[in-house]
Amino acid sequence: MIGLSHYMILSGLLFSIGLIGVLRRKNLLMLFFATEIMLNAANIAFAAASHYYGDLSGQMFAFFVIAVAASEVAVGLGLLIVLYKKNGSLDLDNLTVMKG
Amino acid sequence: MEQIAFYLFSVLTIGLFLVTVLSNNVLYAMTSLAAGMVLISGFFFLLGADFLGVVQLVVYVGAVMALYSFGMMFFDATKDIKEKNTSSYLVFFLSGMIALTLVIMFSAPIMGENIIASYPIMAGATNPQAVGLVLFTKYLVPFEVAAVMLLVAMISGIILAGKKMDDSLTTKDENHEEDDTFSRKDIK
Repeated sequence: MIGLSHYMILSGLLFSIGLIGVLRRKNLLMLFFATEIMLNAANIAFAAASHYYGDLSGQMFAFFVIAVAASEVAVGLGLLIVLYKKNGSLDLDNLTVMKG
Repeated sequence: MEQIAFYLFSVLTIGLFLVTVLSNNVLYAMTSLAAGMVLISGFFFLLGADFLGVVQLVVYVGAVMALYSFGMMFFDATKDIKEKNTSSYLVFFLSGMIALTLVIMFSAPIMGENIIASYPIMAGATNPQAVGLVLFTKYLVPFEVAAVMLLVAMISGIILAGKKMDDSLTTKDENHEEDDTFSRKDIK
């Protein structure tokens, strides 16, 4: 029988994949994809806890996480387009303009 | 039946997200991410959260992925991404963080043994009905704040991306200032 631990392990694995992406990637669009993966992993954990504890608060939190993710994508893609027009690439290394 | 669905969905989701993270092609990454989102909505249907699954399908697969594919039209999507990764201690930090995350995820159900449901799922109500009842009574203020946040995000997206699609927003002002100085010099 599938229990809460199964979903938590799956959520941890997906979150780790997203974390690998955030730490490994240098392209900003790929960083956004990895962020989406991490948000989805959190959503799975919320929905599983909501189901196994018989509490609707987890699903509510998942809704608000989805709303935050949607607005993050809207603002982030606007910023990416402005950045691409300015720099011609989306590489993170191009953003290190301050030479310390 | 539930076990078959769970394991099938998990293997497929993990594989697709690994493709997203490790691929060098933006198109492959985006397509596999969209497929993974569809499978995650399958998890929500398995968990009895029907409304959340539909919202996941509509918002993530419908809106977010469409937004990404519109954004891809501005970027050069066909060529592979070249990245240079030269840090060895990053690997140690990365594995340490993953281990920490896994430990926390494992111990979360043990820590939460004595959780009492504050908003228990009502008997006799379907999932969308129960979600609506809780969302518009207990979570009304966060709902309205989320609505304002989405409005702010929409306005900022329009201002950032939609203004003068053919030329740059940030370099345009600098160019105009340069033009002004040149014209002043010319007048002098």
